[in-house]
Amino acid sequence: MRLRSKTLIKICVMMLLCAILFASCDSEENQRLEIVKFDALEEIMTRKSNKIEVINFWATWCAPCIKELPYFESINAEESNDYKVTLVSLDFADEFEKKVKGFVAKRGLKSDIILLDEIDYNSWIDKVDSTWSGAIPATLIINHNSGKRKFVEKELNEGELIQLINTVKN
Amino acid sequence: MTLLKASIVSLLLLIGSVVDDGVKVGDKAIDFNLKNIDGSMVSLNSNSDVKGYILVFTCNTCPYSVMYEDRIIALDKMYADKGYPVLAIQPNNTEKSPGDSFELMKQRADDKGFTFPYLIDDTQETTLAYGATNTPHVFVLDKQDDSSFEVAYIGAIDNNSRNAAAADKHYVQDAINSLLANSEVSTTKTKAIGCTIKWAN
Repeated sequence: MRLRSKTLIKICVMMLLCAILFASCDSEENQRLEIVKFDALEEIMTRKSNKIEVINFWATWCAPCIKELPYFESINAEESNDYKVTLVSLDFADEFEKKVKGFVAKRGLKSDIILLDEIDYNSWIDKVDSTWSGAIPATLIINHNSGKRKFVEKELNEGELIQLINTVKN
Repeated sequence: MTLLKASIVSLLLLIGSVVDDGVKVGDKAIDFNLKNIDGSMVSLNSNSDVKGYILVFTCNTCPYSVMYEDRIIALDKMYADKGYPVLAIQPNNTEKSPGDSFELMKQRADDKGFTFPYLIDDTQETTLAYGATNTPHVFVLDKQDDSSFEVAYIGAIDNNSRNAAAADKHYVQDAINSLLANSEVSTTKTKAIGCTIKWAN
């Protein structure tokens, strides 16, 4: 009887562990796709994390942005799991369902995508980076552990993006 | 000859690096002589009656420029009679952005009924000299006693690109109203949100 209850506890613990593991796996695969306010972006920029934060500002109407998206997607797909990619859409919130979600589905984008619903740009843009003129594409890389950050306001090719990440990582 | 070329190039590079950041609020505005869609050449001194200008770097192709077109026309209607007409400059390289060609500029101005000159900056020298980075990007110029122009405001038209009615900060209007009232412009610089300027290689 005693043995049995021990076994039962073991099974329970195992099941619990499995559930936790499964849940964490699940959350890894669940793509964030939502409309947010600036506080959500601020949370990403300031959170405690061992991952290198790769934040790209884009929009569905911005051709050079779309051109560089695959490079961010391949960083997101890296097996090392050292990076957290967030694609911040500056499309208009009322076009989220039609334009952004449709675009994400069509392109099969896997990275987290948040649409920043803050039309009064001058109220928040300097909080991302004071050198930002307001044009996209723009990219911000943050190493939360070292506090290193790098902001660029231009279209990147794949080599430039990797180089940029490496300067912040090391 | 080669030496001469080299020195011209280095001189140009030097000028480029000096004016790289463009004009600042309080600086003298740089004059230009650019071709208007009607074929005439336009400079700051073409119209001696003005008190200043609402200089807007804008184009046909940028969604932000398109969203602001009606507001740019409204600004001209509101302030041309008071001495501050709009002067629009199309800054994009037309090979990089074929939708901004001189012919299509004419067509766009015609379709929208532009009430102001729409100039093309073929060489992009004026755009570079002003330090315009995005479209639309506004420079409010104020004429001085010596007939030069001083930069009074640089930045966005207002704080809501999507919805004119929802904007609650009207930067350009506020700047010009202050100039008309002979009072100090309170917000002299904002960031102009929009598309990057398409530079020639």
